[in-house]
Amino acid sequence: MTRASAALAVVAALLIALPAFVGNYGLSVATLILYFAYTGQAWNVMMGFAGQLSLGHALYVGVGGYVAGGIFYHWGIGPWAGLWVAMALCALLGVVIGFLAFRFGISGVYFALLTIAFAEFTRIGFDHLDWLGGPGGLFLKVAQRDTWDVFNFRGPPLMYYYTILFLTAAALALCAWLLKSKAGYYWQAIRENEEAAQALGINTFRWKMVAVALSAAMTSVSGVFYAFYYNNLFPEQVFNIGRSIEIILGPVIGGVGTLFGPILGAVVLTVLSDGLTEILAALGWEVPGIKQIFYGVVLLAVIMFLPNGIWPALAKRLRL
Amino acid sequence: MILEATRISKSFRGLKAVNEASFSVEEGAIVGLIGPNGAGKTTIFNMVAGVFAPDTGSILFQQKPIHGLRADQICAAGIGRTFQIVKPFAGLSVLDNVMVGAFLREKTSSGARSLSASILEKLGLGPKRDLPASSLTLPDRKRLEVARALATRPRLLLLDEVMAGLRPTECDQLVAVFREINRAEGLSILLIEHVMRAVMALAGQIVVLHHGEVIARGSPEHVVRDPAVLECYLGEETEV
Repeated sequence: MTRASAALAVVAALLIALPAFVGNYGLSVATLILYFAYTGQAWNVMMGFAGQLSLGHALYVGVGGYVAGGIFYHWGIGPWAGLWVAMALCALLGVVIGFLAFRFGISGVYFALLTIAFAEFTRIGFDHLDWLGGPGGLFLKVAQRDTWDVFNFRGPPLMYYYTILFLTAAALALCAWLLKSKAGYYWQAIRENEEAAQALGINTFRWKMVAVALSAAMTSVSGVFYAFYYNNLFPEQVFNIGRSIEIILGPVIGGVGTLFGPILGAVVLTVLSDGLTEILAALGWEVPGIKQIFYGVVLLAVIMFLPNGIWPALAKRLRL
Repeated sequence: MILEATRISKSFRGLKAVNEASFSVEEGAIVGLIGPNGAGKTTIFNMVAGVFAPDTGSILFQQKPIHGLRADQICAAGIGRTFQIVKPFAGLSVLDNVMVGAFLREKTSSGARSLSASILEKLGLGPKRDLPASSLTLPDRKRLEVARALATRPRLLLLDEVMAGLRPTECDQLVAVFREINRAEGLSILLIEHVMRAVMALAGQIVVLHHGEVIARGSPEHVVRDPAVLECYLGEETEV
């Protein structure tokens, strides 16, 4: 345990000091990694802990981003207010989807289909929502990027880096605490065997709803971050099923249900795919779709050789 | 009476699995529910445990009706159960399996942990508490089922063929554990069992089911001499 804590402290110190050593490109890659680590952690609460497979998490990213972005765009109110609206709305959305599924006994892959359906028809809905830009997209005014306007979440890349670093650390701490608490035990029991869980006095319907609501609310925060980091939102892009898949790849490769799997998976995927793009560009091969092929190959390799993900194997090797 | 079932019936697609069965469990008693295959034992068990509700009739637990409640509500009311086909949380450690049950009455992790550890000691699983549940042998999995149910601090424990598949010595060990818990804590037990050795050793009262109906009840000595029981159930076995 002390070995693990020491390793965690070293990594945390390195991440805090990182901006001093890398340029803008390095910082943007690190921000992207942490973004996927955070979002993967949020998804992991639902699937990894409670065993409820969502293939439509882009829904919460998109709605979260559009809500906070829209509030800022129309009324000039910063995300520190919009964040709460986004979280509440996404939790509510999650509860609605969860209610429909769990009340009528829809589970497993059928539940996953329902999550895809919700993401898809929300995408179509936003295409027709002119107030938020419709298919033409919602653009936030890009203010000068040199000063930290924390209140409106406008500033240099460094601000976004530290924000997402803080979010990732907070999500990790929250999940670590949840896993050791009653909620974590109840979710894992539901994941492992729902009937046995219910026989031990667990209201499985309610605890699944809690997992979905929490996961949705956490994911909406990454949507808010996304909106203010990229300053543009298109329904075709943010609600795309590809985005949902992107969210789950990290935790799947890193280790579903583990605390560090989502983080490790995000590092592996982003570094390798960006690195590969760089190398191919340096070699002069601009192959379209190479990133997707690479994702596929890594996924296949992990499933074949490390079906529980990279983290459990690595943790064993490092005796953490 | 801690448990009182009155004229409960249950049909599956027109087939009457249980027909107007009545039985009761006294506070602190150990009652065995026996009968040939298809007699309706598991159906009765599932109605008491809240897997499904009886079509007609009533089930009272501590004088309050529980028929129609969900399984988790029935557990919260004070009835613990085991599964005939064991259902361990395979990915969790033995201790964590039991802690899931302990959280029903214990608010803190440390409280749940210490309660679970003491129950595991009682059942002889103490040395295996940190192993993954998936690595346990069948007898140990059966013990884990019992440990998990006990961790919910039930007033009535439902045991669904926990002795099946155990060797006689293992069976006797478990019988001793149940007797001890029953004596020390006054825990009432309703057990379905095929292993007559265990039923005879444990149950103070036996209810015999046949074709979904109660055909006899009484002390083990009385029941095994009942002509109706001999004919439908034990009689077949003595012919072999």
